[in-house]
Amino acid sequence: MGKQKSIQQEKARKTIMSVVLAIICVIYMLPILTIFSNTFKNASAVKSDIFALPNSETFVGFDNYVTGMTAGSFPFWKAVIFNVIITVLSAALILLFCSMAAWYVARVNSFFCKIFYYLCVFSMVVPFQMVQFTLSKTADTLKLNTPWTIPVIYLGFGAGLAIFMFVGFAKSIPIEIEEAASIDGCGPVRTYFLVVLPMLKPTLISVGILEIMWVWNDYLLPSLVLDLAKYRNIPMHIQLTNTGSYGQMNLGAMMAMIFLSIVPIIIFYLICQKYIIKGVAAGAVKG
Amino acid sequence: MDKSTISSSKPKKSKKPKGGHSSMTRRSMRRWSWLFIGPVFAAFIIGFIWPFAQGIYLSFCGKFNTISNAKFQGFTNYIKAFQDATFGHAFWFTALFAIVSVILINLLAFAAAYALTQGVKGSNLFRTVFFMPNLIGGIVLGYLWSMIFDGILSIYKTNILAKAEYGFWGLIILLLWQQVGYMMIIYIAGLQAVPEDMIEAAKIDGATKSQTLFRVIIPNVMPSITICTFLTLTNGFKLYDQNLALTGGQPFRQTEMLALNISNGYSAVNTRGIAQAKAVIFFILVATLGIAQLVSTRNKEVQQ
Repeated sequence: MGKQKSIQQEKARKTIMSVVLAIICVIYMLPILTIFSNTFKNASAVKSDIFALPNSETFVGFDNYVTGMTAGSFPFWKAVIFNVIITVLSAALILLFCSMAAWYVARVNSFFCKIFYYLCVFSMVVPFQMVQFTLSKTADTLKLNTPWTIPVIYLGFGAGLAIFMFVGFAKSIPIEIEEAASIDGCGPVRTYFLVVLPMLKPTLISVGILEIMWVWNDYLLPSLVLDLAKYRNIPMHIQLTNTGSYGQMNLGAMMAMIFLSIVPIIIFYLICQKYIIKGVAAGAVKG
Repeated sequence: MDKSTISSSKPKKSKKPKGGHSSMTRRSMRRWSWLFIGPVFAAFIIGFIWPFAQGIYLSFCGKFNTISNAKFQGFTNYIKAFQDATFGHAFWFTALFAIVSVILINLLAFAAAYALTQGVKGSNLFRTVFFMPNLIGGIVLGYLWSMIFDGILSIYKTNILAKAEYGFWGLIILLLWQQVGYMMIIYIAGLQAVPEDMIEAAKIDGATKSQTLFRVIIPNVMPSITICTFLTLTNGFKLYDQNLALTGGQPFRQTEMLALNISNGYSAVNTRGIAQAKAVIFFILVATLGIAQLVSTRNKEVQQ
């Protein structure tokens, strides 16, 4: 009897916990939902009470989205395109070259390789402010100041984490497979692309996700390097439209812009959720 | 390339190098070093080594516009950096912020992780929701929350920039929203690794729920606690985007954190050298935390 009672109690406790957690979840989502509801309101309604839902007087349909996307001398949609270009190119460069370098470091393991590896680890603990001024000057001199060339800087600055994670994994790959490939007549390049790269896939995914999230959201580096009249990424554009000197945008359109910046991230998250959550523990070493 | 591999594979077979490839593959790999390690190495020098070395040098230089017209002047910048009241204020503001955020984030993240590992219905959905804000970038987060805070504070006829306290707690709330989910994931992994029979044994021995939590579970998730503490600490110290977007340091540079203080210093020629010296100090501070973190997580990796 007593046991049955305690089981019932346990059940009731779990139900209560589910309800409490569900309420917290709704509260957790409120900021995003508030922004979403404001994307359909006119600017004065946004200003007077952002928590009021749109009604027949304040509803403006998709006007805010249209204004948000196209207003200004540098429209938001261009920033989105540049953001995609920078992120895709950077992630591709980092994944390809860092995995190659990491395999080389793990296998050759010479004095030079060790120095390089420890420099990479070291670079992870250096805050960006340390190289802020000098890096922007170097980028200007070497013409790394366009969306097509800035990935080179991301490759250099992102190498630390990528090399660190790839080396850790490459060392665990059994060497016999590679030796078999080389006995079968594969040179290092073919061994890498046909044998090593496919085995690195899980790490490629984790590193890829970490680097994509970093580059996609990065503000300081592109804002220092890119010519903001010609090129911007999303964070730069949001920052510039909010700081007065470039003309304040109407609040409703601003809400639409913020919401549109979040949507791709949520979609990306829902698609890759499994890998992202797995990658968190793997990337937890980056400070 | 195939030819070279085969021809070099014949003679040396007796001596196997420690850890790495047999020497034949190793030697043929070295022939390709320009391809394997060259591009990353070049980018690493351009993107990190060279700017880092220049940064150290410039911290000892007087006024400069470009790197070539800088003149060496010794420790003046460092003395000025320590005399700068805004830098001192930023340091204490950042330190206080980091401590408060470390405590709150870890408490809430652990509580959430504990709740979600009790077999409650919908745990996966809750986990998805709690983690989600983590992926939104600092600038977007800052403006998102500044609109929300201003919406709330406008009821009381004020705004987020009116008082430094508003900015401080605003940043704390923002950071909680962003990072609790992330730390929660690490804690969940830690909690799931606690052996089930250990908890069972404690129960049979008559331990209460809280006794089990403090005497069995928490000692077993200590590695996760260490990781999360260091992560939140360094994140708190390095915070920049959120600070810039939410308050921009206002009112009167009172909510300016270290990274923003340094960053602002670079904009004027007069303070550029001082900013670079501050950056070196900042780097030493963050690197000390970071190295301590790497050392403490290294132990955990060995066990895995």
